[in-house]
Amino acid sequence: MSALRIERLATGLIGPISFDIAAGECLALMGPSGAGKSLFLRAIVDLDPNTGNVTLGADARANMAASEWRKRVALVPAESGWWADRVRDHFPAKSDARELIDKLDLAGALEWEVARLSSGERQRLAIARALCRKPQALLLDEPTASLDDHATGLVESLIRECCREGMALLLVTHNRQQAGRMAKRLLRMSEGRIDQLAKTVP
Amino acid sequence: MNSYIPLTHGDLLLASIFLAMNAVFSILLSLRLERQLIVSALRMITQLFLVGLVLKTIFALSSPWLTLLAAAVMVAFAGREIWARQDRRLRGMWGIGLGGTSMLLAGMIVTVFALTAQIQPTPWWSPQFALPLFGMILGNTMTGVSLGLDTLHTALHRERAAIEARLLLGSTRWEAVSAVHQRALRSGFTPIINSMAATGVVSLPGMMTGQILSGVDPQEAVKYQILITLLIGGATGLGVLAATFASVWRLTDSRERLRLDRLAAAHNM
Repeated sequence: MSALRIERLATGLIGPISFDIAAGECLALMGPSGAGKSLFLRAIVDLDPNTGNVTLGADARANMAASEWRKRVALVPAESGWWADRVRDHFPAKSDARELIDKLDLAGALEWEVARLSSGERQRLAIARALCRKPQALLLDEPTASLDDHATGLVESLIRECCREGMALLLVTHNRQQAGRMAKRLLRMSEGRIDQLAKTVP
Repeated sequence: MNSYIPLTHGDLLLASIFLAMNAVFSILLSLRLERQLIVSALRMITQLFLVGLVLKTIFALSSPWLTLLAAAVMVAFAGREIWARQDRRLRGMWGIGLGGTSMLLAGMIVTVFALTAQIQPTPWWSPQFALPLFGMILGNTMTGVSLGLDTLHTALHRERAAIEARLLLGSTRWEAVSAVHQRALRSGFTPIINSMAATGVVSLPGMMTGQILSGVDPQEAVKYQILITLLIGGATGLGVLAATFASVWRLTDSRERLRLDRLAAAHNM
Protein backbone atom coordinates (compact mmCIF):
# COMPACT_ATOMS: atom_id res chain seq x y z
CA MET A 1 0.00 0.00 0.00
CA SER A 2 1.17 3.49 -0.73
CA ALA A 3 1.37 6.95 0.76
CA LEU A 4 -0.29 9.97 -0.83
CA ARG A 5 2.11 12.88 -1.29
CA ILE A 6 0.87 16.33 -2.22
CA GLU A 7 3.45 18.90 -3.36
CA ARG A 8 2.66 22.55 -3.99
CA LEU A 9 -0.83 21.82 -5.22
CA ALA A 10 -2.56 25.02 -6.30
CA THR A 11 -5.49 26.29 -8.37
CA GLY A 12 -6.55 29.86 -9.07
CA LEU A 13 -8.36 29.90 -5.73
CA ILE A 14 -6.36 27.74 -3.32
CA GLY A 15 -2.84 26.71 -2.38
CA PRO A 16 -0.04 26.07 -2.75
CA ILE A 17 -0.55 23.16 -0.36
CA SER A 18 1.93 20.40 0.51
CA PHE A 19 1.71 17.45 2.89
CA ASP A 20 1.86 13.66 3.02
CA ILE A 21 -0.56 11.03 4.20
CA ALA A 22 1.01 7.68 5.07
CA ALA A 23 -0.48 4.39 3.91
CA GLY A 24 -3.13 3.40 6.44
CA GLU A 25 -3.20 6.84 8.02
CA CYS A 26 -6.28 8.98 8.55
CA LEU A 27 -5.67 12.71 8.35
CA ALA A 28 -8.45 15.13 9.26
CA LEU A 29 -8.89 18.48 7.54
CA MET A 30 -11.01 21.14 9.21
CA GLY A 31 -11.77 24.77 8.53
CA PRO A 32 -14.63 27.21 8.07
CA SER A 33 -17.08 26.94 5.18
CA GLY A 34 -15.64 28.58 2.08
CA ALA A 35 -12.05 27.87 3.12
CA GLY A 36 -11.51 25.85 -0.07
CA LYS A 37 -11.52 22.33 1.42
CA SER A 38 -13.77 20.89 -1.28
CA LEU A 39 -11.81 22.66 -4.03
CA PHE A 40 -8.64 21.20 -2.59
CA LEU A 41 -10.07 17.66 -2.73
CA ARG A 42 -11.20 18.25 -6.33
CA ALA A 43 -7.68 19.41 -7.21
CA ILE A 44 -6.12 16.24 -5.75
CA VAL A 45 -8.21 14.05 -8.06
CA ASP A 46 -7.54 16.45 -10.96
CA LEU A 47 -11.19 17.38 -11.43
CA ASP A 48 -10.32 21.09 -11.73
CA PRO A 49 -7.28 22.50 -13.55
CA ASN A 50 -4.38 22.76 -11.11
CA THR A 51 -0.61 22.91 -10.77
CA GLY A 52 1.71 20.90 -8.55
CA ASN A 53 2.52 17.23 -8.09
CA VAL A 54 0.62 14.45 -6.45
CA THR A 55 2.07 10.98 -6.11
CA LEU A 56 0.69 7.73 -4.80
CA GLY A 57 3.59 5.58 -3.64
CA ALA A 58 6.01 5.64 -6.57
CA ASP A 59 3.43 6.64 -9.17
CA ALA A 60 3.09 10.29 -10.16
CA ARG A 61 -0.34 11.53 -11.13
CA ALA A 62 1.14 13.30 -14.15
CA ASN A 63 2.30 9.97 -15.63
CA MET A 64 -1.12 8.41 -15.41
CA ALA A 65 -4.42 8.85 -17.24
CA ALA A 66 -6.82 10.82 -15.06
CA SER A 67 -9.35 7.98 -15.14
CA GLU A 68 -6.68 5.57 -13.88
CA TRP A 69 -5.65 7.99 -11.14
CA ARG A 70 -9.23 8.35 -9.89
CA LYS A 71 -9.61 4.60 -9.63
CA ARG A 72 -6.72 4.65 -7.14
CA VAL A 73 -7.46 7.96 -5.43
CA ALA A 74 -11.20 8.18 -4.89
CA LEU A 75 -13.16 11.27 -3.90
CA VAL A 76 -16.63 11.12 -2.36
CA PRO A 77 -18.01 14.67 -2.55
CA ALA A 78 -20.46 16.06 0.00
CA GLU A 79 -23.25 15.99 -2.60
CA SER A 80 -23.27 12.68 -4.44
CA GLY A 81 -24.27 12.43 -8.10
CA TRP A 82 -26.37 9.60 -9.61
CA TRP A 83 -26.72 8.93 -13.30
CA ALA A 84 -29.07 5.94 -13.48
CA ASP A 85 -32.50 5.24 -11.99
CA ARG A 86 -31.57 2.15 -10.00
CA VAL A 87 -28.95 1.97 -7.25
CA ARG A 88 -27.62 -1.29 -8.74
CA ASP A 89 -26.50 0.41 -11.95
CA HIS A 90 -24.01 2.54 -10.03
CA PHE A 91 -22.05 -0.45 -8.79
CA PRO A 92 -19.73 -2.69 -10.82
CA ALA A 93 -21.32 -6.07 -11.54
CA LYS A 94 -18.50 -8.05 -9.97
CA SER A 95 -17.68 -6.50 -6.62
CA ASP A 96 -18.30 -6.94 -2.94
CA ALA A 97 -20.94 -4.19 -3.15
CA ARG A 98 -23.56 -6.25 -1.32
CA GLU A 99 -21.23 -6.95 1.58
CA LEU A 100 -20.26 -3.28 1.94
CA ILE A 101 -23.86 -2.16 1.77
CA ASP A 102 -24.84 -4.67 4.44
CA LYS A 103 -22.16 -3.29 6.72
CA LEU A 104 -23.71 0.17 6.35
CA ASP A 105 -27.09 -1.18 7.43
CA LEU A 106 -28.64 -0.81 3.97
CA ALA A 107 -29.31 -4.47 3.14
CA GLY A 108 -31.28 -4.77 -0.10
CA ALA A 109 -30.46 -1.21 -1.21
CA LEU A 110 -29.09 -2.44 -4.54
CA GLU A 111 -32.67 -3.03 -5.65
CA TRP A 112 -33.85 0.43 -4.63
CA GLU A 113 -34.54 3.44 -6.81
CA VAL A 114 -32.23 6.42 -6.49
CA ALA A 115 -35.11 8.90 -6.53
CA ARG A 116 -36.49 7.41 -3.31
CA LEU A 117 -33.24 7.49 -1.31
CA SER A 118 -32.98 9.77 1.71
CA SER A 119 -29.96 12.06 1.88
CA GLY A 120 -28.39 9.83 4.51
CA GLU A 121 -28.89 6.74 2.34
CA ARG A 122 -27.36 8.54 -0.63
CA GLN A 123 -24.37 9.51 1.43
CA ARG A 124 -23.70 5.98 2.66
CA LEU A 125 -24.26 4.43 -0.76
CA ALA A 126 -21.87 6.94 -2.34
CA ILE A 127 -19.18 5.82 0.11
CA ALA A 128 -19.90 2.14 -0.61
CA ARG A 129 -19.79 2.88 -4.35
CA ALA A 130 -16.31 4.34 -4.00
CA LEU A 131 -15.00 1.66 -1.61
CA CYS A 132 -16.10 -1.32 -3.71
CA ARG A 133 -13.66 -0.13 -6.39
CA LYS A 134 -10.81 -0.67 -3.89
CA PRO A 135 -9.06 2.72 -3.95
CA GLN A 136 -5.63 3.05 -2.37
CA ALA A 137 -6.45 6.51 -1.09
CA LEU A 138 -9.84 7.93 -0.19
CA LEU A 139 -10.87 11.57 0.13
CA LEU A 140 -14.11 12.09 2.04
CA ASP A 141 -15.95 15.43 2.10
CA GLU A 142 -18.18 15.55 5.18
CA PRO A 143 -19.16 11.90 4.88
CA THR A 144 -21.52 11.84 7.85
CA ALA A 145 -23.11 15.29 7.62
CA SER A 146 -26.65 13.94 7.29
CA LEU A 147 -26.27 10.75 9.35
CA ASP A 148 -27.48 9.89 12.83
CA ASP A 149 -25.09 8.60 15.48
CA HIS A 150 -25.71 4.95 14.67
CA ALA A 151 -25.08 5.35 10.92
CA THR A 152 -22.08 7.60 11.60
CA GLY A 153 -20.60 4.83 13.74
CA LEU A 154 -21.10 2.28 10.95
CA VAL A 155 -19.39 4.53 8.38
CA GLU A 156 -16.50 5.27 10.74
CA SER A 157 -15.86 1.64 11.53
CA LEU A 158 -16.01 0.62 7.85
CA ILE A 159 -13.50 3.31 6.93
CA ARG A 160 -11.28 2.42 9.85
CA GLU A 161 -11.27 -1.16 8.61
CA CYS A 162 -10.10 -0.01 5.16
CA CYS A 163 -7.34 2.09 6.71
CA ARG A 164 -6.13 -0.97 8.64
CA GLU A 165 -5.72 -2.64 5.25
CA GLY A 166 -3.47 0.25 4.17
CA MET A 167 -5.78 2.82 2.59
CA ALA A 168 -4.71 6.45 3.07
CA LEU A 169 -7.63 8.64 4.16
CA LEU A 170 -8.14 12.38 4.03
CA LEU A 171 -11.26 13.29 5.99
CA VAL A 172 -12.84 16.72 5.69
CA THR A 173 -15.18 17.23 8.62
CA HIS A 174 -16.83 19.97 10.64
CA ASN A 175 -17.16 17.60 13.56
CA ARG A 176 -14.33 18.01 16.04
CA GLN A 177 -15.25 14.80 17.90
CA GLN A 178 -15.18 12.84 14.65
CA ALA A 179 -11.74 14.20 13.83
CA GLY A 180 -10.63 13.10 17.29
CA ARG A 181 -12.11 9.61 16.90
CA MET A 182 -10.74 8.99 13.41
CA ALA A 183 -7.48 10.89 12.96
CA LYS A 184 -4.17 11.13 14.72
CA ARG A 185 -3.20 14.27 12.83
CA LEU A 186 -5.29 17.34 12.04
CA LEU A 187 -4.82 20.14 9.49
CA ARG A 188 -6.63 23.46 9.54
CA MET A 189 -7.46 25.31 6.38
CA SER A 190 -8.62 28.87 5.83
CA GLU A 191 -8.73 31.16 2.83
CA GLY A 192 -7.34 28.50 0.57
CA ARG A 193 -4.25 27.73 2.63
CA ILE A 194 -3.24 25.23 5.25
CA ASP A 195 -2.62 27.58 8.15
CA GLN A 196 -1.50 25.10 10.73
CA LEU A 197 0.90 22.28 10.13
CA ALA A 198 -0.34 18.85 10.90
CA LYS A 199 -0.51 18.41 14.60
CA THR A 200 -1.52 15.56 16.80
CA VAL A 201 -5.18 15.61 17.66
CA PRO A 202 -5.44 16.36 21.39
CA MET B 1 -46.86 21.10 -69.97
CA ASN B 2 -46.46 24.76 -69.11
CA SER B 3 -49.34 26.33 -67.26
CA TYR B 4 -47.46 28.91 -65.24
CA ILE B 5 -49.77 31.80 -64.31
CA PRO B 6 -47.91 35.02 -63.43
CA LEU B 7 -49.29 37.12 -60.55
CA THR B 8 -49.92 40.87 -60.70
CA HIS B 9 -49.33 43.28 -57.81
CA GLY B 10 -53.10 43.66 -57.65
CA ASP B 11 -53.39 39.94 -56.88
CA LEU B 12 -51.05 40.39 -53.93
CA LEU B 13 -53.02 43.34 -52.63
CA LEU B 14 -56.20 41.30 -52.87
CA ALA B 15 -54.57 38.44 -51.00
CA SER B 16 -53.86 40.71 -48.06
CA ILE B 17 -57.59 41.27 -47.41
CA PHE B 18 -57.90 38.50 -44.83
CA LEU B 19 -54.81 39.66 -42.97
CA ALA B 20 -56.26 43.18 -42.92
CA MET B 21 -59.46 41.69 -41.54
CA ASN B 22 -57.47 40.11 -38.74
CA ALA B 23 -56.02 43.52 -37.94
CA VAL B 24 -59.52 44.98 -37.72
CA PHE B 25 -60.60 42.16 -35.40
CA SER B 26 -57.55 42.79 -33.29
CA ILE B 27 -58.58 46.44 -32.85
CA LEU B 28 -62.23 45.55 -32.16
CA LEU B 29 -61.30 42.92 -29.57
CA SER B 30 -58.44 45.09 -28.20
CA LEU B 31 -55.94 42.25 -28.71
CA ARG B 32 -53.26 44.87 -29.48
CA LEU B 33 -51.80 42.56 -32.10
CA GLU B 34 -52.58 44.84 -35.07
CA ARG B 35 -49.29 46.72 -34.92
CA GLN B 36 -47.14 43.57 -34.77
CA LEU B 37 -49.27 41.94 -37.44
CA ILE B 38 -48.87 44.82 -39.87
CA VAL B 39 -45.19 45.40 -39.13
CA SER B 40 -44.28 41.75 -39.64
CA ALA B 41 -46.33 41.51 -42.82
CA LEU B 42 -44.61 44.61 -44.20
CA ARG B 43 -41.23 43.17 -43.19
CA MET B 44 -42.02 39.92 -44.98
CA ILE B 45 -43.05 41.79 -48.13
CA THR B 46 -40.00 44.08 -48.17
CA GLN B 47 -37.53 41.28 -47.41
CA LEU B 48 -38.93 39.03 -50.12
CA PHE B 49 -38.99 41.79 -52.76
CA LEU B 50 -35.39 42.60 -51.89
CA VAL B 51 -34.36 38.95 -52.01
CA GLY B 52 -36.07 38.63 -55.38
CA LEU B 53 -34.11 41.61 -56.64
CA VAL B 54 -30.81 40.31 -55.25
CA LEU B 55 -31.36 36.82 -56.65
CA LYS B 56 -32.30 38.20 -60.05
CA THR B 57 -29.08 40.24 -60.13
CA ILE B 58 -26.96 37.30 -58.98
CA PHE B 59 -28.55 34.98 -61.55
CA ALA B 60 -28.03 37.55 -64.29
CA LEU B 61 -24.36 38.16 -63.45
CA SER B 62 -23.77 34.44 -62.92
CA SER B 63 -20.42 34.93 -61.17
CA PRO B 64 -18.94 32.16 -58.98
CA TRP B 65 -17.60 34.76 -56.52
CA LEU B 66 -20.91 36.53 -56.16
CA THR B 67 -22.60 33.16 -55.62
CA LEU B 68 -20.05 32.32 -52.93
CA LEU B 69 -20.58 35.71 -51.32
CA ALA B 70 -24.33 35.17 -51.20
CA ALA B 71 -23.79 31.73 -49.64
CA ALA B 72 -21.44 33.28 -47.06
CA VAL B 73 -24.06 35.87 -46.09
CA MET B 74 -26.61 33.06 -45.62
CA VAL B 75 -24.16 31.15 -43.41
CA ALA B 76 -23.50 34.25 -41.31
CA PHE B 77 -27.22 34.76 -40.64
CA ALA B 78 -27.75 31.08 -39.87
CA GLY B 79 -24.70 31.01 -37.56
CA ARG B 80 -26.03 34.00 -35.68
CA GLU B 81 -29.38 32.22 -35.38
CA ILE B 82 -27.81 29.05 -33.91
CA TRP B 83 -25.99 31.22 -31.40
CA ALA B 84 -29.18 33.08 -30.45
CA ARG B 85 -31.18 29.88 -29.96
CA GLN B 86 -28.95 28.46 -27.21
CA ASP B 87 -29.71 29.18 -23.60
CA ARG B 88 -26.13 28.48 -22.54
CA ARG B 89 -23.38 29.08 -25.08
CA LEU B 90 -19.71 28.34 -25.31
CA ARG B 91 -17.60 31.29 -24.24
CA GLY B 92 -15.73 33.45 -26.70
CA MET B 93 -15.42 32.76 -30.41
CA TRP B 94 -16.41 29.14 -29.83
CA GLY B 95 -19.96 30.29 -29.10
CA ILE B 96 -20.66 31.35 -32.65
CA GLY B 97 -17.83 29.50 -34.41
CA LEU B 98 -18.55 25.91 -33.39
CA GLY B 99 -22.21 25.74 -34.40
CA GLY B 100 -21.61 27.85 -37.50
CA THR B 101 -18.66 25.75 -38.68
CA SER B 102 -20.47 22.43 -38.17
CA MET B 103 -23.46 23.70 -40.11
CA LEU B 104 -21.27 25.17 -42.85
CA LEU B 105 -19.25 21.98 -43.30
CA ALA B 106 -22.28 19.70 -43.39
CA GLY B 107 -24.29 22.05 -45.63
CA MET B 108 -21.44 22.66 -48.03
CA ILE B 109 -20.41 19.03 -48.47
CA VAL B 110 -23.98 17.94 -49.14
CA THR B 111 -24.80 20.86 -51.46
CA VAL B 112 -21.67 20.44 -53.55
CA PHE B 113 -22.32 16.71 -53.74
CA ALA B 114 -25.89 17.25 -54.93
CA LEU B 115 -24.82 19.84 -57.52
CA THR B 116 -21.99 17.82 -58.97
CA ALA B 117 -23.39 14.29 -58.75
CA GLN B 118 -27.17 14.56 -59.14
CA ILE B 119 -28.61 17.85 -60.38
CA GLN B 120 -25.55 18.74 -62.49
CA PRO B 121 -26.42 22.18 -63.86
CA THR B 122 -23.88 23.93 -66.11
CA PRO B 123 -21.81 25.37 -64.58
CA TRP B 124 -22.24 23.20 -61.50
CA TRP B 125 -22.23 26.21 -59.13
CA SER B 126 -24.94 27.94 -61.15
CA PRO B 127 -26.58 30.29 -58.56
CA GLN B 128 -30.10 29.47 -59.70
CA PHE B 129 -29.60 25.93 -58.41
CA ALA B 130 -26.89 26.37 -55.79
CA LEU B 131 -28.44 29.12 -53.68
CA PRO B 132 -31.99 27.77 -53.16
CA LEU B 133 -30.58 24.29 -52.54
CA PHE B 134 -27.99 25.57 -50.06
CA GLY B 135 -30.64 27.70 -48.37
CA MET B 136 -33.00 24.78 -47.78
CA ILE B 137 -30.22 22.54 -46.51
CA LEU B 138 -28.79 25.28 -44.32
CA GLY B 139 -32.14 26.17 -42.78
CA ASN B 140 -32.81 22.61 -41.64
CA THR B 141 -29.25 21.96 -40.49
CA MET B 142 -29.44 25.17 -38.49
CA THR B 143 -32.53 23.96 -36.65
CA GLY B 144 -30.93 20.60 -35.88
CA VAL B 145 -27.61 22.03 -34.73
CA SER B 146 -29.17 24.68 -32.51
CA LEU B 147 -31.50 22.14 -30.87
CA GLY B 148 -28.66 19.66 -30.36
CA LEU B 149 -26.31 22.21 -28.84
CA ASP B 150 -29.00 23.77 -26.66
CA THR B 151 -29.97 20.36 -25.26
CA LEU B 152 -26.32 19.38 -24.75
CA HIS B 153 -25.31 22.54 -22.93
CA THR B 154 -28.39 22.68 -20.73
CA ALA B 155 -28.05 19.02 -19.77
CA LEU B 156 -24.30 19.20 -19.09
CA HIS B 157 -24.95 22.10 -16.77
CA ARG B 158 -27.90 20.54 -14.99
CA GLU B 159 -26.35 17.09 -14.66
CA ARG B 160 -22.92 18.15 -13.61
CA ALA B 161 -23.06 16.19 -10.33
CA ALA B 162 -24.01 12.96 -12.10
CA ILE B 163 -21.36 13.38 -14.80
CA GLU B 164 -18.65 14.20 -12.28
CA ALA B 165 -19.72 11.22 -10.18
CA ARG B 166 -18.88 8.99 -13.15
CA LEU B 167 -15.59 10.77 -13.73
CA LEU B 168 -14.71 10.32 -10.05
CA LEU B 169 -15.29 6.58 -10.34
CA GLY B 170 -12.80 6.37 -13.20
CA SER B 171 -14.90 6.85 -16.35
CA THR B 172 -13.44 8.68 -19.31
CA ARG B 173 -15.06 11.92 -20.42
CA TRP B 174 -16.86 10.22 -23.33
CA GLU B 175 -18.28 7.51 -21.07
CA ALA B 176 -19.33 10.08 -18.48
CA VAL B 177 -21.25 12.30 -20.90
CA SER B 178 -22.59 9.51 -23.15
CA ALA B 179 -26.17 9.63 -21.85
CA VAL B 180 -26.35 13.40 -22.14
CA HIS B 181 -24.70 13.33 -25.55
CA GLN B 182 -27.20 10.77 -26.84
CA ARG B 183 -30.06 12.93 -25.64
CA ALA B 184 -28.60 15.95 -27.48
CA LEU B 185 -28.17 13.93 -30.67
CA ARG B 186 -31.72 12.66 -30.43
CA SER B 187 -33.15 16.13 -29.98
CA GLY B 188 -31.13 17.43 -32.95
CA PHE B 189 -32.38 14.57 -35.16
CA THR B 190 -36.01 14.65 -34.07
CA PRO B 191 -37.35 17.51 -36.28
CA ILE B 192 -36.05 16.01 -39.51
CA ILE B 193 -37.21 12.50 -38.59
CA ASN B 194 -40.67 13.82 -37.72
CA SER B 195 -40.90 15.92 -40.85
CA MET B 196 -39.82 13.03 -43.10
CA ALA B 197 -42.47 10.82 -41.52
CA ALA B 198 -45.22 13.44 -41.97
CA THR B 199 -44.21 14.63 -45.43
CA GLY B 200 -46.84 13.97 -48.07
CA VAL B 201 -49.43 12.80 -45.56
CA VAL B 202 -49.83 15.72 -43.20
CA SER B 203 -48.00 18.41 -45.15
CA LEU B 204 -47.11 19.02 -48.77
CA PRO B 205 -43.60 20.45 -48.76
CA GLY B 206 -43.36 24.09 -49.88
CA MET B 207 -40.85 23.46 -52.61
CA MET B 208 -42.90 20.73 -54.23
CA THR B 209 -46.07 22.82 -53.95
CA GLY B 210 -44.24 25.69 -55.62
CA GLN B 211 -43.09 23.53 -58.50
CA ILE B 212 -46.57 22.13 -59.03
CA LEU B 213 -48.08 25.64 -58.97
CA SER B 214 -45.58 26.71 -61.61
CA GLY B 215 -46.69 23.93 -63.89
CA VAL B 216 -44.25 21.09 -63.25
CA ASP B 217 -45.56 17.53 -63.51
CA PRO B 218 -46.31 16.41 -59.90
CA GLN B 219 -44.32 13.21 -60.37
CA GLU B 220 -41.27 15.25 -61.36
CA ALA B 221 -41.84 17.65 -58.45
CA VAL B 222 -42.01 14.67 -56.10
CA LYS B 223 -38.64 13.38 -57.32
CA TYR B 224 -37.07 16.75 -56.62
CA GLN B 225 -38.66 16.83 -53.20
CA ILE B 226 -37.38 13.37 -52.32
CA LEU B 227 -33.87 14.33 -53.42
CA ILE B 228 -33.94 17.51 -51.35
CA THR B 229 -35.41 15.80 -48.29
CA LEU B 230 -32.76 13.07 -48.38
CA LEU B 231 -30.04 15.71 -48.68
CA ILE B 232 -31.54 17.76 -45.86
CA GLY B 233 -31.74 14.70 -43.62
CA GLY B 234 -28.12 13.81 -44.38
CA ALA B 235 -26.82 17.32 -43.83
CA THR B 236 -28.76 17.77 -40.59
CA GLY B 237 -27.37 14.52 -39.21
CA LEU B 238 -23.80 15.37 -40.15
CA GLY B 239 -24.15 18.88 -38.73
CA VAL B 240 -25.62 17.70 -35.41
CA LEU B 241 -22.99 14.98 -35.04
CA ALA B 242 -20.12 17.37 -35.78
CA ALA B 243 -21.46 20.12 -33.52
CA THR B 244 -22.21 17.95 -30.49
CA PHE B 245 -18.95 15.98 -30.68
CA ALA B 246 -16.97 19.21 -31.03
CA SER B 247 -18.83 20.78 -28.14
CA VAL B 248 -18.31 17.79 -25.83
CA TRP B 249 -14.64 17.87 -26.77
CA ARG B 250 -14.49 21.59 -25.93
CA LEU B 251 -16.41 21.24 -22.63
CA THR B 252 -14.17 18.46 -21.34
CA ASP B 253 -10.40 18.08 -21.41
CA SER B 254 -7.74 15.43 -21.80
CA ARG B 255 -7.49 15.02 -17.99
CA GLU B 256 -11.09 13.76 -18.10
CA ARG B 257 -12.57 16.89 -16.55
CA LEU B 258 -15.88 18.59 -17.16
CA ARG B 259 -14.98 22.17 -18.14
CA LEU B 260 -18.17 24.09 -17.52
CA ASP B 261 -16.00 27.18 -17.01
CA ARG B 262 -15.95 27.27 -20.82
CA LEU B 263 -19.73 27.62 -20.88
CA ALA B 264 -21.26 31.07 -20.41
CA ALA B 265 -24.03 31.70 -17.90
CA ALA B 266 -27.61 31.25 -19.03
CA HIS B 267 -29.39 34.21 -20.53
CA ASN B 268 -33.11 34.62 -20.82
CA MET B 269 -34.32 33.62 -24.23
